Amino acid sequence: MINIQGLHKSYKLGKTSFEVLKGIDLTISQGEFVSIMGSSGSGKSTLLNILGILDNYDEGSYTLNGLLIDRNLSPKQAAQLRNRFLGFCFQSFNLLSFKNAADNVALPLYYQKVGRKERLKKAHEYLEKVGLLPWANHMPAELSGGQKQRVAIARALIGQPKVIFADEPTGALDTTTSYEIMSLFREVNQQGITVVIVTHEDDISKMTQRIIRLKDGRIMNT
Amino acid sequence: MLEKEVWLEIFSAIRQNKLRTVLTALSVGWGIFILIILLGAGNGLTNGTNAQFAGDAVNTIWISPGTTSMPSKGFRIGRRLKLRNEDYALISSQIKGLKYRTAIYNVNSNRNVVYKKERGNYLCRPVLPGHQFLENISVVKGRFLNQMDINEFRKVCVMGLPLQEALFRNEDPIGKYVHIDNTPYKVVGVFTDPSQNDMQRFYLPLTTAQRAFNAKDELTDIWVSTGDVSVAQSMQMAEQIRAMLATRYQFNREDLSAMYINNNFVEYQRIMNVLGGIKLFVWVIGIMTLIAGIVSVSNIMIIVVNERTREIGIRKAIGATPLSIVTMIIQESVFITALAGFTGLGVGWGLLSLLNYIGIDSDFFKHPEVDGFIAVSATLLIIIAGALAGFFPALKAAKINPVEALRS
Repeated sequence: MINIQGLHKSYKLGKTSFEVLKGIDLTISQGEFVSIMGSSGSGKSTLLNILGILDNYDEGSYTLNGLLIDRNLSPKQAAQLRNRFLGFCFQSFNLLSFKNAADNVALPLYYQKVGRKERLKKAHEYLEKVGLLPWANHMPAELSGGQKQRVAIARALIGQPKVIFADEPTGALDTTTSYEIMSLFREVNQQGITVVIVTHEDDISKMTQRIIRLKDGRIMNT
Repeated sequence: MLEKEVWLEIFSAIRQNKLRTVLTALSVGWGIFILIILLGAGNGLTNGTNAQFAGDAVNTIWISPGTTSMPSKGFRIGRRLKLRNEDYALISSQIKGLKYRTAIYNVNSNRNVVYKKERGNYLCRPVLPGHQFLENISVVKGRFLNQMDINEFRKVCVMGLPLQEALFRNEDPIGKYVHIDNTPYKVVGVFTDPSQNDMQRFYLPLTTAQRAFNAKDELTDIWVSTGDVSVAQSMQMAEQIRAMLATRYQFNREDLSAMYINNNFVEYQRIMNVLGGIKLFVWVIGIMTLIAGIVSVSNIMIIVVNERTREIGIRKAIGATPLSIVTMIIQESVFITALAGFTGLGVGWGLLSLLNYIGIDSDFFKHPEVDGFIAVSATLLIIIAGALAGFFPALKAAKINPVEALRS
C-alpha cells in the first residue's frame, strides 16, 4: 500500500536548512495498523505530512496504492489524491466550528461533487458507525473531545479511503476516551482500511500491530 | 446561477463572521450610496440651470443703450445713448439669420391697474409680437399681441395668469377692460411663463404704449434670437449689430458700456462649462469613494483569508483543490459587494426619489435624478472590483500549506 525509498526532506529556516528526514525506507502493507513514534523533532509529523500528500519531499520515491506520488505533484492533483485515497484525523480535531456534526462529516463529499441530500444521508450513516447519530445536528462546540474525534473519524471515513492518517489523535483526550478512540480505529482497521497513527504515547502505540520508531530523521527499527 | 451548495457555503461563512461582513458591506454600500447622491445632486444642478434658461430663448442677443466711456468722433465721454424704432427696423432688415425679434420700451416703475374694485401696481411692458418667443411665453387664453395691434395703436393688453386671479377672481378677463393709468385697455389674452417672476406683468403693444407714456419712438431694449447657429456665428451677429449701431451713434466699437450687447448663448455655454466641471468633480469624488470602498473590501478579504487559514487548511486536507478555494473566497467577496452595492444603489435611488417626491426644487436645483444605466454600471463595476479585491487574497489562500495551516 505504502512504499517509501530513500526519502529526504529538509526545511529552510532563514539561510540555514535543516534536514528533517535523512533517508527513510518504509513499507506499510494494505490493512496494516501501524504507529509512528518518536520524540518531538524526530520528524514524525513531517513523515506523516509527506505520506498524507500534504507536503512534498526532496529526494527518494513514494508509492501509494501502486501509484507513484511524484514530488512535483500539482496542488490540484495532490488534493484529488487526498480526497480519493486518504482520510485524516488530527490532535485538535480540526472540525469547522460553524458547521454541525453532519455537515462536517459530509464535507469531503462536497469536494467530490456529491449532491447535498446524498451527502447528508451518508454523513448520518457514518455518524451512526461512530455512535454519534443523535448528535448529528450539534455544533462542534457542543461536543466533548472524544465526540469531536469521533466526528473527525467519521469525516475521514466517509470518502472511503484506503489509508487513514491520524496525527496524535488521542493527544487531547483523557485515557478512557483515548482507549475508546483507539478501539474505534481498530474497528476501522478490521474493515480493511490501513491505519497509520502518529503518537508519542507508549500505551497508544502498543495497541497497534507495528511500531515504527523515528529518531533524528531516521527509522530505528522496523 | 450558482448551485444551492455554493450558497450554503457562502451563508455559513457569512454567519460565521457577521461583524466583518457588515463592515465590508457598509463600506461598499456607502460608496455606491454617496456616488448616487452626488450624481443626483450634479444632475439636479444641471436641471435647475436648464430650467432657468428655459425661461428665455437660449440663443438670445440683448441690446440696450448705455453711456459712452470713450471719446469718439469729437464727442466727450459720458454721453447717454438711446435706441429708436428705426434701429429696430435696421437690425431687422440688415442682420441676416435672425429668427425672432422684439423691441421693448421698458417702463421702470409699476403702473396702477384697475378692474372694477380690484386694483394693483403692476409692471406693464410695451413689446412687439415676437416677444412671445423670446420670453418663452405660452398663451393659455385668447391670443398674444399681433402686428395689427402694433400697426393700429390698439389699446389691448395681455396679462399673466397670476394677475388674472388677482384682478378678475373667477371672471373670464378676455374682452374686459382694465384701466392702466386711467386709460382703458382691452384684455385679449392670458399667458404663462416658466419663470414665476416673468408672469407678474402686463404686455402692451409697443406703439400704443410709446404714445401713452410719451416715449415718442424711444426703445429701451431690442432682443433678437439667432436661431440654430453656432456660438461663433451668434457672436458674429452680435458684432455686426455693434458695428452698425456704433456707426449710427458714433461711439467707439470697443466701448462696451456705450451699448450693452449681451449674448445669452455665450453665457449659457459658460455656465454649462462650469456645470460640466462640477459634474466631473462629482465623478472624481464618487470614484474616489468607490476606490476607498474597494480597498476596504480588499483589506477585509486579506483579513478573512488570514482568519480562515486553519479552515482553508482543513478543507485542503480533505480534498479541496486550490481552484475550489479561490472560487470560494471570490464568490463570498462578490456576494457581499453585490448585495451591499445594490443596497446602496437602492437606498440612494430611494432617497433621490423621496426628495423628488417631497420637492426640494429651488431656482438652481431641480429634480435630482440619476441615469439608471450609469447607476447600474457603477454598481456592476464595484462588483467586478470586489471580485478582483477577493482574487489576490484568494490566491494567497489557495497557496496555504495545509501542514502549516493545521499546525497554527
